[in-house]
Amino acid sequence: MTEYNWPKRDASTVIGKELDRVDGLVKATGAAKYTYDINLKNQLYAVALGCPHGHCKIKSLDISAASSVPGVVHVHVFDHAQPDREIEWEGELLVVVAAESEGAAREGLSKVKLEVEKLDVFTSAEDLQAAEKAGRTSKGGGKVETVNEPGDDDDEEEFVEKEIERLLKESKYVVEGYYGIDAITHCCLEPHGSTVEWKDGTLEAHLSTQNVSGTDEQFARDLKVTADNVTVHCDYIGGGFGSKFAPDYWGIAAAQISRETGRPVKFMLSRDQELKIAGNRPSGYIKVRLGADEKGVVQVWDSVSWGSAGAQGGAVSHSVLPYVLVPKNYRRVATTIKCNTAPSRAWRAPNHPQACAMSQTALDDLAGKMGADSYDVFLANLVNATNEKADVYREQMQIAAKLMDWKAKWHAHGKGGARGSIVDGLGMALHTWGGGANESSCLLKVYPDGGVTSFCGTQDLGSGTRTVCSQVLAETFGLGINDVRVNIGSSRYPNSGASGGSTTIGAVCESHRRAAQDALVKIFDLAAAELKVAADTLEAVGGKIRDRNNPAKNLTWQKACSLLGLKPLETTASYVRGTPSPLSNSGVAGVQMAHVEVDRETGVIRMKKFVAVQDQGLVINPKTCKSQIYGAVIMGIAAALFEERITDPATGVFVNAELADYRLARLGDIGEIVVELYEPESERIRGVIGNGEPPAISPKAAISNAVANALGIRVPVIPLTPKRVLDALAKA
Amino acid sequence: MTDSRNKTGSSSGFNRRDFLRGSGAAAAAAAVQTQAAQAMQDSGPAIVRGSQKIALNINGSQHDVTVEPRTTLLDVLRHQLDLTGAKPVSADGSSGASTVLIDGKPATASTILALTAVGKKIQTIESLGGDNPDPVIQAFVKHDAQQCGFCTPGFVIAVRAFLNKNPNATEAQIREGLNGNICRCGTYANIVQAAVAVVKGA
Ligand code: FES
Repeated sequence: MTEYNWPKRDASTVIGKELDRVDGLVKATGAAKYTYDINLKNQLYAVALGCPHGHCKIKSLDISAASSVPGVVHVHVFDHAQPDREIEWEGELLVVVAAESEGAAREGLSKVKLEVEKLDVFTSAEDLQAAEKAGRTSKGGGKVETVNEPGDDDDEEEFVEKEIERLLKESKYVVEGYYGIDAITHCCLEPHGSTVEWKDGTLEAHLSTQNVSGTDEQFARDLKVTADNVTVHCDYIGGGFGSKFAPDYWGIAAAQISRETGRPVKFMLSRDQELKIAGNRPSGYIKVRLGADEKGVVQVWDSVSWGSAGAQGGAVSHSVLPYVLVPKNYRRVATTIKCNTAPSRAWRAPNHPQACAMSQTALDDLAGKMGADSYDVFLANLVNATNEKADVYREQMQIAAKLMDWKAKWHAHGKGGARGSIVDGLGMALHTWGGGANESSCLLKVYPDGGVTSFCGTQDLGSGTRTVCSQVLAETFGLGINDVRVNIGSSRYPNSGASGGSTTIGAVCESHRRAAQDALVKIFDLAAAELKVAADTLEAVGGKIRDRNNPAKNLTWQKACSLLGLKPLETTASYVRGTPSPLSNSGVAGVQMAHVEVDRETGVIRMKKFVAVQDQGLVINPKTCKSQIYGAVIMGIAAALFEERITDPATGVFVNAELADYRLARLGDIGEIVVELYEPESERIRGVIGNGEPPAISPKAAISNAVANALGIRVPVIPLTPKRVLDALAKA
Repeated sequence: MTDSRNKTGSSSGFNRRDFLRGSGAAAAAAAVQTQAAQAMQDSGPAIVRGSQKIALNINGSQHDVTVEPRTTLLDVLRHQLDLTGAKPVSADGSSGASTVLIDGKPATASTILALTAVGKKIQTIESLGGDNPDPVIQAFVKHDAQQCGFCTPGFVIAVRAFLNKNPNATEAQIREGLNGNICRCGTYANIVQAAVAVVKGA
């Protein structure tokens, strides 16, 4: 059995180096082919009609005029669009028109005659009372913990009620607050969609997916064929963020149309459809009472939270409230609201960003109430850290504070003095995430001429999967990253888990390192015989296999590989999710700090500086690793300040579902961002851990806290739009 | 400005010459409107159709393509010429992902009718690659100014155009001047670094 391990820091020549991503040039020159870019010969272009109303019953649907538009080849009506069926959110696709050109398809679509009976619409996720009145609420669970326990004769609920009140009464400081965070959309720049072709009874599907190895079976199931008939390809994907795990019913429709017409079909959602139906993050709102001792350590937490994950129910889980820093006494009750909005999908660190924004804001308000430095209050509450990472947080806070120059910039909440109408403020937040490795298999071939190539059914969301796989192989064999060829993005390759939950880097490092180490053992055996040394004294360095004790005794990589004879050496290695391994791990911390300026006259918030300190175990490529963190922070800035899904309460229509109106951060909005990779030896030896999610968690809370520090009042609901800032100021 | 190699004519009663006589976009729009108005009188709202051949000057060579009045330049690039670097992200151009250079100026191909691009010099991202890629491309790679990469070609063109106009741009000017493009993955910090590096010749 090979003993799997990573080389020590000073022995690494490829791992831990800031290398350019291997597919950087192909992307930046426009040569990379995304699903949207795949054009198959003789393909049809499909476009779809979305339901124009948030809640309605289909009365009739007439496609005859659409079918006779010149160029229209096929019109597909979804089962859920048949008469008498109820549609529960605007944008739900009803009809697909496939035509010789996109123009013809759109023209066909305009000829579809749809009649609906409008039903009651509810979209006000923030308004718990209205939701109750409309009968839209259901229990979302809850949990109570108290240090003192009820006696045998006590009524449990009554006891808890009294105990919480007692604890609050005995607290030195009590904060009562209301906080919230609205829904946002994934808004992938490449919309969901596919180009598919049925040919000789098999389906070739180019699918924009973060689940290459899993979607072939999903296609097969819905198309009622066995999975061997389906191949999914995705060389490049234009964003997923948790929303692209499935072919979706529109992908299945594309395949059905292709089967029906005998022609390839290209079906990508339009921009408004992408925003309306292809992914959003649940909203969350909370009323909190917390009590703290004289040092500002929270002793009791009492919260009622609610929110909506759309028409199919669900909301932010109570289980992550309060977030990370949990006192010994708490009561948390959650309610879910059914709204006429599209069902939510996993969004970078499901539940965590909302929970962070719904609770670490309250903690910051405690600092405000105490007139204390928020840093000190967070520090004091590390005793309540639930993930045994208090020491890591403490160190990360120190590093972040230094990078932010926190002490010099700090002023008490609302006491910073103004330059004209401009005030500035600091805020922080901290987070946690798992990020353990997903399952993954890798087939590796080493050719007698020294060529190295690997095959793995994973995908690159933009995190640099190809690059880290290349680095792992190159490091193992003592080669450069351009000496190995990594193949990913096809379901024909060995199975590898979906890219969700920051599980990809662990997965592919496990499978690629194992396959490479297994191969190297065999190559060492051959080289040892040739060099007449013991195999366990050999190492692969700088394009050579050499004797560690006598480096002059060596073979070039090519020469060593030639000892394989005529056939390539093939190894396959698999990692089973959850298996303890020296190569990967799970569980990270992370601290972020924001410095903002707020204009009290206009309500406009401007980012001055943002600091993110993040651990992720062993870092394979600091350059791409940092890019992930920059990106997470920038997405966080967008969600904190700009992103608003505006829904018309009367019709349920998402009225700003275009990029001109759905405001995202732009290049001029981000201020200075400082990213620090936290990788002391104690972290490095843990192995690799994913970092896609963790840095995306804290920005909203950190920015909200900075705004509260600037203004001396809380703008309760995120995004902190100018209107909300002005409303909060007017109310104060 | 017309190209006499292509024969004109179409089934819908107007031809390319009508479109292109006078001043490009305005004339084309007027022609479309007239035809549309005529059609509406007959049978309510209708779409003017009919395809015709035109030649477009793209990346230094003439390309014969077949377009309808409603065909956008982006559609032609992506579906007839397989130049898929410019991306369809927002039909109204607000993402900048379909940015190309037209007579040296940045423009979003998704908002330009192919007919109005006749006689103009169109440059796409593909022209900046090749064996010796544009310094902007090299800087994007070096500073990792891309994640998923879907916005990247549009951004590269936008940076190229901006730096052509402002070769000595400061970092502050770069942050001011590149707000026409959207990146969902959040590569802006790296893009700033890349653009600054190009100015410095680094
Ligand atoms: S890199 Fe993904 S949208 Fe910019």
